[in-house]
Amino acid sequence: MSAAALPSARRVTWLRRRRALAGVWRDFRHHRPGMIGLVFLGLIVLMALAAPLLADEAGLRAINATDNPAFASPSEFGRLGTDGLGRDVLTQFIWGSRISLLVGLAATVLAMLIGSVVGIAAGFFGGRPGGVLMRITEWFLVIPFLPLAIALAAILGPSIQNIIIVIGITSWPSTARLIHAQVLTLKERDYVDRSRALGASNWHLMTRHIVPNVSPLILANTTLTVPIVILSEATLSFLGLGDPTNASWGQMLDDAFESGAITVEAWWYIVPPGLGIMLVVLAFTLVGQALEEILDPRLRDQRA
Amino acid sequence: MSARFISRKVLGSLATLAFVVVFNFFLFRVVETDPVASLFRGKELTQTQRAELTRQFGLDGSQGEQFVRYLGQTASLNFGRSYSTNQPVWEEIKDKALPTIALVGVAAILSAVLGVMLGIAAAWRRRTKTDYAVTGFTMSTYSMPDFWLGMILLTVFAVGLGWFPVGGITDPASNATGFAKLLDQAQHMVLPAVTLTLAYLGEYAIVMRSSLLDTMREDYLILARAKGLRDVMVRNRHAVPNALLPVVALMAINFGFVLSGAIAVEAIFSWPGLGLATYEALKGPDLPMLQGLFLVFSASVILFNLIADLLYAYLDPRVRTG
Repeated sequence: MSAAALPSARRVTWLRRRRALAGVWRDFRHHRPGMIGLVFLGLIVLMALAAPLLADEAGLRAINATDNPAFASPSEFGRLGTDGLGRDVLTQFIWGSRISLLVGLAATVLAMLIGSVVGIAAGFFGGRPGGVLMRITEWFLVIPFLPLAIALAAILGPSIQNIIIVIGITSWPSTARLIHAQVLTLKERDYVDRSRALGASNWHLMTRHIVPNVSPLILANTTLTVPIVILSEATLSFLGLGDPTNASWGQMLDDAFESGAITVEAWWYIVPPGLGIMLVVLAFTLVGQALEEILDPRLRDQRA
Repeated sequence: MSARFISRKVLGSLATLAFVVVFNFFLFRVVETDPVASLFRGKELTQTQRAELTRQFGLDGSQGEQFVRYLGQTASLNFGRSYSTNQPVWEEIKDKALPTIALVGVAAILSAVLGVMLGIAAAWRRRTKTDYAVTGFTMSTYSMPDFWLGMILLTVFAVGLGWFPVGGITDPASNATGFAKLLDQAQHMVLPAVTLTLAYLGEYAIVMRSSLLDTMREDYLILARAKGLRDVMVRNRHAVPNALLPVVALMAINFGFVLSGAIAVEAIFSWPGLGLATYEALKGPDLPMLQGLFLVFSASVILFNLIADLLYAYLDPRVRTG
């Protein structure tokens, strides 16, 4: 048999991965709550991406809304009514989805990066350095998230970039602990021992055996972290720590509260941003739980 | 539970507390602000007045000196003076702790009881309409920002229907005392307490449901049924007590967040507790106040985590031998 007829090892791996991914998708398609979440998510992401087509960004600035009545209800003004400055609520809702999603995704990516690196490093190298890393992780786990995030955000000042950093560096510890535990069991597998005996370097072991095997866990954990991050962003923005020039849904609720929307019963201004947050959070949670059930063999058995 | 297990847990908590205290110092030193200048902006200050104020705020001397002084003061609960009211931070925190403990304590207990009951109902009637309704409801409340729920309840029931006061803890116009005053305060507490209860109960229901589903697969439940015990008996005597374990731990951990849990909700209802104090300190920012609040919030979480660990070990022997 000539060597040319055999596919390369890299190709075999690639084909195997693609098959595994197709399998996950096949299971996911039959998971009703997961699919409902995915469709919802798709619609909201579509709205965020198409914001410039759906609403004129100029409508976000109060200077362009001086002719409109303040706190006009949907029946008086049409669409979703206006806020205390006469700005169209629907325009703010559509553009706010961009900021909420952007911060939610970016801060999650940051948290996952820190959590994965710490978890993999601590688990793979173990010993004293690993112990120290996990001790630090435990410390960050017990520091109450919201006060810490508030203190950090107050110190760094309000901007989108800072709020991403603040949420990212306060949300990683639970991921680190989860991944650490997984790496500890992977490290003891026979194929890792065999690979090491064949002379594989730490780098090879980590990139070829450890990381591919923890990545499903990271994926499921990511989709379950996004909703928590989006809720955190809403709370921080509501407390006045968000970026007032790039209003997220949380910032809209802060504006509504500060401008007295409650006293004038401007429900059309209060309901949409909160409902948006709730639907995004719900959608991500449904998708995340579905992925977790499909990817975690322990949970898969329970379903049967 | 062995003395060794307890002392190891207690020492671990003390180490964590020490970490938080040190972390707290550096966290608030990262920021380069001059509170003396910002507090007396526009006013002429003599050199001596300025030096005196800097000393009062504990901002004189090198970082090292400040750190040593900070450790000594923290140990004696001296967190400095608030920039905005010039009162000692510890006194401010002491005054505001009670309303928060009352409000969040009530909500924590109500949400735990209701959440556990909902979780049991959903798990025991798995894949029925009851289960779908409970799961849908708890997932929805769990996904809401708590302060948004508060804003809606406030708009509908206080402003719209006028059933409840719009905020605060007492009616400023009344000078009632004794029982009448307590009744007034209770009426002010209804909406914020309902908000927090709804916000918290989802987690309990979800945890209780999945824990009970796990327990229902255990062999001893099959045995209990095989003995011919009635369904209610199997549930209340055999399944629920065992399934409650993770809920108890969750409860202890959540009680740790009682002090810091309601920042945004207290702000919505202008409930004069630690949450509202945090909200107002942020506007300054009143750094000594924030620093003191951060320490108190962290200490309460650490304390209740310790209680959760010990309680869990007491209730579940597998933890302390493992």
